[in-house]
Amino acid sequence: MDWIPNFLLPFFYAVTMIVAVMTIAGYSVLAERKVSGWIQHRVGPNRTALPIVGSIPIIGPFLTKLGIFQPLADGLKFLFKEDIMPGHVRKGYYFAAPIIALVPALTTMVVLPFGQYVDADGVTQPLVLANVDIGILFILAVSSLGVYGIVLAGWSANSKYPFLGGIRSSAQMVSYELAMGLSILPVFMWAAAPGADYGLSLYGVVRSQDGLWLGIWQPISAMIFLIAVFAESNRLPFDMAESETDLVGGFHTEYGSFKFGLFFVAEYAHIVIGSAVFVLLFMGGWNFLPFVASPWPDGVIGAVLSVLWFLFKIFAMIFFFIWVRWTLPRFRYDQVMRLGWNILLPLAVGNLIFNALLIAIHDRL
Amino acid sequence: MSADAKAETITINVDGVDREVPKGANLIDAIEQLGEEIPHYCYHPKLSVVGNCRMCLVELGMPMRDRATGEPVLDDDGVQKIGWMPKPGIACSTTVAPGMHIKTKSQVVKDCRNGVMEFLLLNHPLDCPICDQAGECRLQEFATDYGRGYSRYTEAKNVKPKRTRIGPRIMLDDERCILCSRCIRFSKEIANDDVLGFIDRGSYSTLTTYPGKQLENNYSLNTVDICPVGALTSTDFRFKMRVWFLKAVPSICTESSVGANTEVWSREGKIYRITPRRNDAVNDTWMTDSGRALYKQVEADNRLRAYQVDGKASSFDAAIAAAIAQMKQGKTAVVASARASLEEQFLLSQMVEATAAVRVDMVSHYGDGDHLLLSEDRTPNLRGALLTGLINDLPDARLDGLGKAIDAGEVDTLFVVHEDLAAAGLTDAQIAKVKVIYAGIEENSSSANAKVSFPLLTVFEKEGSFVNQNFRVQKFHNAIPAPRGVVYDLHLLETLRAHMVGESPTRPTVPAVWELMAQKITCLHGLDFRGLGDLGVGVDAGRFASLPFVESKNLKHDPEKRSKLGVEAGATA
Amino acid sequence: MAKTKVLERKPLSLAERTYLPQIASGLKTTLGNMLKPNVTLQYPEERPVIPENYRGVPTLVRDPEGREKCVSCQLCEFVCPPKAIRITPGEISEGSDTEHVEKAPEEFEINMLRCIYCGLCQEVCPEEAIFLQDIFSVSGYSREEMINKKDKLYELGGTLPDRHRKWDKKKAAEINGPAHH
Ligand code: SF4
Ligand code: SF4
Ligand code: SF4
Ligand code: SF4
Ligand code: FES
Repeated sequence: MDWIPNFLLPFFYAVTMIVAVMTIAGYSVLAERKVSGWIQHRVGPNRTALPIVGSIPIIGPFLTKLGIFQPLADGLKFLFKEDIMPGHVRKGYYFAAPIIALVPALTTMVVLPFGQYVDADGVTQPLVLANVDIGILFILAVSSLGVYGIVLAGWSANSKYPFLGGIRSSAQMVSYELAMGLSILPVFMWAAAPGADYGLSLYGVVRSQDGLWLGIWQPISAMIFLIAVFAESNRLPFDMAESETDLVGGFHTEYGSFKFGLFFVAEYAHIVIGSAVFVLLFMGGWNFLPFVASPWPDGVIGAVLSVLWFLFKIFAMIFFFIWVRWTLPRFRYDQVMRLGWNILLPLAVGNLIFNALLIAIHDRL
Repeated sequence: MSADAKAETITINVDGVDREVPKGANLIDAIEQLGEEIPHYCYHPKLSVVGNCRMCLVELGMPMRDRATGEPVLDDDGVQKIGWMPKPGIACSTTVAPGMHIKTKSQVVKDCRNGVMEFLLLNHPLDCPICDQAGECRLQEFATDYGRGYSRYTEAKNVKPKRTRIGPRIMLDDERCILCSRCIRFSKEIANDDVLGFIDRGSYSTLTTYPGKQLENNYSLNTVDICPVGALTSTDFRFKMRVWFLKAVPSICTESSVGANTEVWSREGKIYRITPRRNDAVNDTWMTDSGRALYKQVEADNRLRAYQVDGKASSFDAAIAAAIAQMKQGKTAVVASARASLEEQFLLSQMVEATAAVRVDMVSHYGDGDHLLLSEDRTPNLRGALLTGLINDLPDARLDGLGKAIDAGEVDTLFVVHEDLAAAGLTDAQIAKVKVIYAGIEENSSSANAKVSFPLLTVFEKEGSFVNQNFRVQKFHNAIPAPRGVVYDLHLLETLRAHMVGESPTRPTVPAVWELMAQKITCLHGLDFRGLGDLGVGVDAGRFASLPFVESKNLKHDPEKRSKLGVEAGATA
Repeated sequence: MAKTKVLERKPLSLAERTYLPQIASGLKTTLGNMLKPNVTLQYPEERPVIPENYRGVPTLVRDPEGREKCVSCQLCEFVCPPKAIRITPGEISEGSDTEHVEKAPEEFEINMLRCIYCGLCQEVCPEEAIFLQDIFSVSGYSREEMINKKDKLYELGGTLPDRHRKWDKKKAAEINGPAHH
């Protein structure tokens, strides 16, 4: 009966993970609407009520006011809307595009560690579906596949606005992928000294931030990475792919109902994953605070606490994403390109060389 | 006539500018021809002048001459001095004279008008919102130009009766009357029915009818037209629609061969009233009350509205096919109509040729004339039928000749336009003996027995022309759309003709038919539909001038003169 | 011609060129706004205060005696830019209390699918019979429902005070005024 731990358990974990990420994505939509509302002196969604839960005395109205049930309603709406199929689209690709957009976003989380567990023997184990050594490479490789969804959507919709959206998005992805990759090299150069365990593993990076967070002593890397994450996840001020003022809706102009819903979720899944990676790389993962030893006790309780702390940081990042959205206006497309190629890329290269020299000097001493 | 008038002009000086005006003209008319207006209420070009409203005051002057020597009096610059009258004078009782100077825009004149307006408005009710005249009211118009905008009169206004029926078709609102006496003069001078008059004096003056009489002659509604305010209103039009929503389309009255020029006022395909249109050669500015009611035929209950074959509604194409099949079967006779327009009669004559009809008959509709604007011939276009060659002689009131032909079996099919066969003297047996194809506006005995019926359009729903008692060709225009699904009469006739000779039918327009007519009909040579203008064109009666038409002398028709002229013209032609 | 003055644009400082301080101050602004109280009106439960002279749904009003003020002069029908108004004028039958007014609408329709709430009808009405009042939300399930008929218009309009009492004065004058035989 090997197959239970070997097969069923990972499957169960994976499903749990997907559910968790999707839930977080769903609630980041809610968060987006709520925070947008607050920033604009509004209240955001506060009317959707579940039949029974909503009528529990104090709690029900409170949850309703918070809009807790709104994502449910949104999801149901997407599910039950009439699925309109424009006559002029390239059907196969048209259907494939939203799936291609979502799948990479969900795949990357396989290698995302989200906490630690100190077992009875005092051995610290990462909480991760697959603690692969090349975690960050995997993430970079797979998450950038997501752009195929957008490009395909733009092309298969067979009309000009989506097409322009798709083109913009692919160009933007290429430009920022480069800076992003280069920006995190110094991190790993520091985190994983030659011969150390976990060369490119995210778990290793988190471990190395036990005291000092990388974001503090690699601010340039952190900044470049952050900007690149914004760009990669097509968030404002980089949402060139769907900029509604000039492209109607961009790549998803011709999409509606559930297919649009998939794009929508994929975007938020990207944000969640992006935030998670940023937290892992630069904000110490589940480590408590810089220069403060994590107070997590051993055992299950410590594991849960570490996971919660990690989630808290992710939520902070998501909030930051939303906050930026309502602060910065959208860039012009040429500005996006200039920022990517003329500023971020040289900066990343310079940062890499600088750190390499620093490491060389450090090693000599 | 117009050429004469142009030849004889004189020069007067209006507001410092020398202008040419017709000799002997009334000053108000003369100024109007120059495109300007002297405000006036009581003056009417076709009525006698009374000068009681004082609205038309202008400053008048003549070049000065020394009384003793008759020499012109010159001023320092050597220009003849103008002797201005010390007080303004009324333009309506002034005939233009050579060298006359008038001022219509001076301060004095304006003050006069302001004063007259203030007096007229003293006791005038604030009725414009409920007054039918609003929108075409001279008092409103001049009040905006010369009124003071508020009233200085703080006393109680006069109260007078507001709903007096002074005739079967006319309602009088005394408060609105400005006592111009136009209506009185019209009744006396034009309608020869002197029933109106003022009683009482000062601000109690009231218009009223002679005790025991009413304003009920057949011209009474003209008083409504000429009343410059809303004192007289037509009970038929009263409170029906505001005039500013109405579209006026020039038309011709079909009541009799006088062919009074009219305007048809409609909104969104519904006619609300008919008013006369000035044409000094035909009807001056008048028309009959009975003629104004003719628009009711548009929505009459007995209107034929659908194409019918054997009494059942059918499509236009099916009706045409049935009619053609019927006419091709045997000998066809045509009963034409003097109610059809000139163009329709022309196309009918073409159809007669195409079907090789055995005979063409026509029915006369004669009645009593009133020697004014209702002539004895109650059809608008008898002369058109003559000109187009549809008939060669005056029609009879009964179709006896046709009846005999039917009895003799010479006719299998009757194509009837407008006429009622039973009323025209055919017996039931005779009607039963032939197959009837009927085209007309109303349902009647012809349509009841018809194998095929084609609905035709009223004069308001199409355009075309009529030839009146004086051989004057006058055109009418399309005022409202035809009933749904009914084609133009011309299109119907052309389709029938074309099918009879195996051509494919066109959709003839009136101007296109006129091009053909101008070629084929001698007296229409050189004319076209547009060229008829709004006032029509008189044509040479040719050989028909000597026919014994029934019209006696009326407002603009003199049979003596006409037949003499015609004989002469015919002799020379 | 106005004089054009070309202003030199100040070159950006290094800090400004990185945009980072600006972004930071922007973030501060938005955060500040987030902490301020919101201004949302919970609409169906809370109703906005309708200011006087608000231009809501056009309605017909009666005078304090309950007489319908409109005399169907059709000026509003004429002035209405989108042709939303349609009036069938009618006569007040003799013998009624208000026979001296003579005219009243037989039917009066305002098509709220066409009305643009411009208020010209109110402006033009010589009888002060039509008012755009405080109703701002109209809905219906069919086009017909959106056409307000005369009854509905009077129901919506209610009664407004009348400063002029033109027709009352007129009637009084008829009864007591300068005698006419
Ligand atoms: S007559 Fe003229 S001014 Fe007098 S109430 Fe009627 S429209 Fe108004
Ligand atoms: S009723 Fe009319 S036309 Fe007759 S006197 Fe009065 S204002 Fe003149
Ligand atoms: S303007 Fe006033 S009185 Fe005239 S029809 Fe309109 S609402 Fe009635
Ligand atoms: S408010 Fe304007 S659009 Fe509406 S009915 Fe009145 S005039 Fe017409
Ligand atoms: S028009 Fe001359 S006095 Fe009336």
